[in-house]
Amino acid sequence: MKPNRLLMAIPYIWLLVLFLAPFGIVIKMSLSDLAVSIPPYTPQLDISEGWAGLRALFANLDFENYAWLADDPLYINAFTSSLIIAAVSTLLTLLVAYPLAYAMACAPRRWRGLLVMLVILPFWTSFLIRVYAWIGILKSEGLLNQLLLSVGVISEPLVILNTTTAVYIGIVYSYLPFMVLPIYAALEKMDGSLLEAAEDLGASRLSAFWLVTFPLSLPGVLAGCFLVFIPALGEFVIPDLLGGSNTLMIGKTLYVEFFSNLDWPVASAVAVVLLAILIVPIFLFQRQQQKVSEQ
Amino acid sequence: MVNDVNFRPWEDPEAAPLIDIANVTKRFGAFTAIHDLSLKIYPREFFAILGPSGCGKTTLMRMLGGFDEPTSGSINLEGEDLTGTSPAKRPVNMMFQSYALFPHLTVQDNIAFGLKREKMPKGEIAERVEQMLGLVQLQDFAARKPHQLSGGQRQRVALARALAKRPKLLLLDEPLGALDKKLREATQFELMGIQEQLGCTFVIVTHDQEEAMTVSSRIAVMKQGEIAQVAPPEQIYEAPASRYVADFIGDVNIIEGHVSAGGESRMSLSWREGEPELVVETGIGLPRGETAWLSLRPEKVSIATTRPETDNALQGKVLDIAYLGNVSTYHVELANGQVVKAQETNAGRSGNRGITWDDQVWVGWSAEAGVVLTS
Ligand SMILES: Nc1ncnc2c1ncn2[C@@H]1O[C@H](COP(=O)(O)OP(=O)(O)OP(=O)(O)O)[C@@H](O)[C@H]1O
Ligand SMILES: [Mg+2]
Repeated sequence: MKPNRLLMAIPYIWLLVLFLAPFGIVIKMSLSDLAVSIPPYTPQLDISEGWAGLRALFANLDFENYAWLADDPLYINAFTSSLIIAAVSTLLTLLVAYPLAYAMACAPRRWRGLLVMLVILPFWTSFLIRVYAWIGILKSEGLLNQLLLSVGVISEPLVILNTTTAVYIGIVYSYLPFMVLPIYAALEKMDGSLLEAAEDLGASRLSAFWLVTFPLSLPGVLAGCFLVFIPALGEFVIPDLLGGSNTLMIGKTLYVEFFSNLDWPVASAVAVVLLAILIVPIFLFQRQQQKVSEQ
Repeated sequence: MVNDVNFRPWEDPEAAPLIDIANVTKRFGAFTAIHDLSLKIYPREFFAILGPSGCGKTTLMRMLGGFDEPTSGSINLEGEDLTGTSPAKRPVNMMFQSYALFPHLTVQDNIAFGLKREKMPKGEIAERVEQMLGLVQLQDFAARKPHQLSGGQRQRVALARALAKRPKLLLLDEPLGALDKKLREATQFELMGIQEQLGCTFVIVTHDQEEAMTVSSRIAVMKQGEIAQVAPPEQIYEAPASRYVADFIGDVNIIEGHVSAGGESRMSLSWREGEPELVVETGIGLPRGETAWLSLRPEKVSIATTRPETDNALQGKVLDIAYLGNVSTYHVELANGQVVKAQETNAGRSGNRGITWDDQVWVGWSAEAGVVLTS
């Protein structure tokens, strides 16, 4: 019994030390004010003063930064733009991933292990390097434009780099495995006789897909969507490297506040709001996973 | 139908078969799963296919359902060639061995699935689903999902779903495999009742010979992709066409011998040096000297401590007694080592009638008790 409880406590301790405690600090920071000091905010907890110090700390905390966020359209725009980009790229990833996962699940059994391997193969290279590689492909004298020009499809190089399109390409490419694998897992475990039964009962191949295969793969589709949407919403590297100054995303805004403006309190407030927004899909994801495991 | 002794369409040369399987061969690569098989199944039959594992039963069913195409030969339904017709377009439905219920649909939506595909009006669908639920006694479970049902209930949903479209032919691939003996027997009778009520034709695959005997109008016994015999249950049991069939259905004694004296109706079979010849009543005349086998059901062999007044009587020693409750089977070893099984009903409470291991006993049977087989 006891070792069991200890074992169960480990994840909670982990959560407390590595997530809740730092997050508490971030919340506190977001309620502070910008100051020219190190670290660059006030008030700071003075432990030597004991209770009085703590009381003084709380007295000086306020929601000023949140009000600031709500007032400045820059932040609201960054949030909405992030939501739109994350949603659209999740949809695009789904459109690319579903046929891929479907083809993998239909492949002969002995090929499937290899195919799964190929899907996760990109992870063997650093994420950063792979995103950099896209710059080489997408820039105006890059590989893609060279190819299209030499084939004669276009006469002028396309401007893709430093546009939202490049961000979409980057996100779809980077997060594709997170979408493919859960869909593949759902499709792969499907009983083939269900499709035969559907056909036996008068369904065409196509309607058997929409009436049986697709609904049964929905848990995988949902899991994949959450796994792409959640990290894409706060994505920083891809919009920074591929989107240039034309793309407004909250991850980038956060970075600028922290490292360029050195406004830690506002940056913290942005981080807290981002997390608040993410809690909704994370909660839904949890619920959905639970429902799947109950069935 | 099944219980009606006058229902014998296969004996009527005028009768049109529902299904006519003509010279069908099915190969998987170099392996021949079905070899030149021909079979006619008539409307309203309850047709059972029986055979050992891997003999091609499922393959045959899948060809009837349209999931596989014959390599050669043809399958006709009411005179029309089914070759190339997709499962969706055949008036044939299948109850799958694994049930294949749609896990994301409720019981009623599972049953309505096929009806919606044929664009039946909503009101009629509801009516039909209600009727099907009544037929399999699942009215209270209409809104449940398959994972909320017991194995027996799932099996009924699968049956209701396959029957909902009123197929001309219903294929059942080991439908009762997952059920315990009691439920199985009850369901067998339910199946027969449902078949009679709806008047459609059933083809059932089973491993269980008792099941085949109980439900079917005719049984096809298969052997390695071919049909060994097709006949009504009592004929399969009492007049098997070969040792394979005799051995496959029920318990049997097979005694090998040579025809010593022929004759249209009676012949004697010399079977071992030094043993009296066996007297057998046969329908067929066999040439003298031919090798033949006497197939003898244990329940037709009597056992006694004194010489019985039967046509055939042999002496031996009790090797083993198997007490099965309602009957006891005695394994009697004859002087030459051949073992003959004799079965006696345990009418009294103490079933051993004074015979025990190693006793010297007589086994006896009448001339018409056995069947002479030539293959
Ligand atoms: N798709 C296939 N490819 C290759 N061989 C197959 C295929 N389907 C069936 N077979 C072979 O054909 C033979 C008959 O198979 P089938 O499934 O019809 O047997 P069965 O009589 O239904 O057996 P069981 O009673 O075990 O269900 C088997 O030897 C099997 O291995
Ligand atoms: Mg089978």
